[in-house]
Amino acid sequence: MTERIEKVANIARLELTAEEKKNFEKDLDNILDSFKKLEKIDTTNTEPTFQPVEVKNIMRKDKIETSLKQKDALKNAKDIEEGYFKGPKAI
Amino acid sequence: MQYSKMSVSDFIKESKDGNIDTKDFYSKFFEETENIQKKYNYFVTISKKDAEKEIDKLDRKTRLSGLPVSVKDNICTKGIKSTAGSKILKNYIPPFDATAISRGKQNGSIIIGKTVQDEFGFGTFSTYSAYGIPKNPIDTTRSCGGSSGGAGGFTKTINMPHIAIGESTGGSISCPAAFCGVVGLTPTYGRVSRYGLIDYANSLDKIGPISKTVKDSALMLSLIAGKDPLDQTSIQEDTYDFTKYTGKDIKGMKIGIPNEYFNNIDKDVEKKVRNAISQLEELGAKTLDITLPTTEYAIPAYYIIATVEASTNLAKYCGMRYGAQDEIKGHFTEYFSTTRGKYLGDEAKRRVILGTYARMAGYRDQYYLKALKVRTKIIEDFKKAFNKVDVLATPTMPMIAPKFSEIEKLTPVETYAMDILTVGPNLAGIPMISVPCGTSKEMPVGLHLLGNHKEEGKIIQIADAFERL
Repeated sequence: MTERIEKVANIARLELTAEEKKNFEKDLDNILDSFKKLEKIDTTNTEPTFQPVEVKNIMRKDKIETSLKQKDALKNAKDIEEGYFKGPKAI
Repeated sequence: MQYSKMSVSDFIKESKDGNIDTKDFYSKFFEETENIQKKYNYFVTISKKDAEKEIDKLDRKTRLSGLPVSVKDNICTKGIKSTAGSKILKNYIPPFDATAISRGKQNGSIIIGKTVQDEFGFGTFSTYSAYGIPKNPIDTTRSCGGSSGGAGGFTKTINMPHIAIGESTGGSISCPAAFCGVVGLTPTYGRVSRYGLIDYANSLDKIGPISKTVKDSALMLSLIAGKDPLDQTSIQEDTYDFTKYTGKDIKGMKIGIPNEYFNNIDKDVEKKVRNAISQLEELGAKTLDITLPTTEYAIPAYYIIATVEASTNLAKYCGMRYGAQDEIKGHFTEYFSTTRGKYLGDEAKRRVILGTYARMAGYRDQYYLKALKVRTKIIEDFKKAFNKVDVLATPTMPMIAPKFSEIEKLTPVETYAMDILTVGPNLAGIPMISVPCGTSKEMPVGLHLLGNHKEEGKIIQIADAFERL
């Protein structure tokens, strides 16, 4: 009965134990149930608000500015090779 | 010189005048901080060595002139570990300062440590911290509130000049300020640059101060606010000196009392807040009953929007580049999933699942888009109210700081419901300040003042007048 959680956890790249799956399934049900309240409010002609304070598009001059040095950017990485960080096999 | 009970403004004055032996002051400050830490656990990191280096370079003519400042752990501090309360960032040392931090440093602040919080800000009681739970300064069997719990608790406990920098997504400055009996100022969304903040929910996160007095918060906000080219959502507007709103009278100012914010409130908390409002009337303010009909929808709308944004923000924590990194093996999906399963905490996982679900194909319109539309309605409610009044006054939290034994029994739905008074204003991105207004069962109660977008001045003015009573 935890197929839904398994699907979501897979999308979210989250490994869960059997117990976590069971608990989160129950939590998700309860939380979604409490969200049903939103069905009561009519929003037919209402636009969504992505940003609470309106902002305009801002452009900057296409000019190279100083940024983090490669050495500093890699300081927190454990596996580095020739100025790159290493990750697991993707293909 | 006697440093205990010294105010922030006295410290700054004495330091500028050259009357403070900074090394002696900080040796006492850290001794006191270590003692407090043993009893209450307010810090993930106490950065004494870094502070000593900064003291050597201190320019006393700056606005803060060497004032101790603590920083919530989700704000990046160059060279000082910043974990956002999560095991997945357990060794992360940022190679840069957040804009709020660099602005503070330019003004002579000394970073003394990183305060405990719920993991990534996911919580109301700081019990979801991966680095120990901070205890309430007045009663250690109770919570400091969250998620800036360490900031609230330390601000109350330290008997020396200090200001904390906290952060709020859905109430994380106001809640600990109310539960610990200090002042918490959440500015308008975009007032303070979010550059260098470890994001929870980008359209909601706001950096702001927690302090002993309203004036101290106004001062800190004045220094860290302003447009930043590194944050496109930061407000394009000249920054005010917010301290000029302190020390004024409030005659004729209009205060709205939203009925919905007094429903299901602890009776004694309600009494204390209503008393405070009467005192504001005695100072010459006029009150007006206001209705905010969308209040009951704020919790679901907030938890959908916040977790959707959080679930995408947390995608970057995958066990590479920084933070927790295990031996790389297996396929990337397997490695990422294992790392995240191992290092993310319970509530972080719950919110990632909820947020991922609410934006999945087939559910996006029903949950995420619906919540964004409800957010529009909530903002319209507030805008209508601010056409009639200058500020709104409410309780900050519906109860006093709960006991840990009570918190343990709460389900996630019951825990989320505790945020009913703070998530609406946070969704709307309006500024708010929590100021102590008495006690109930010896625990502090907070008066919450909400202002229109960019009108921090008005809430500071009223909070300051109230504080001076």
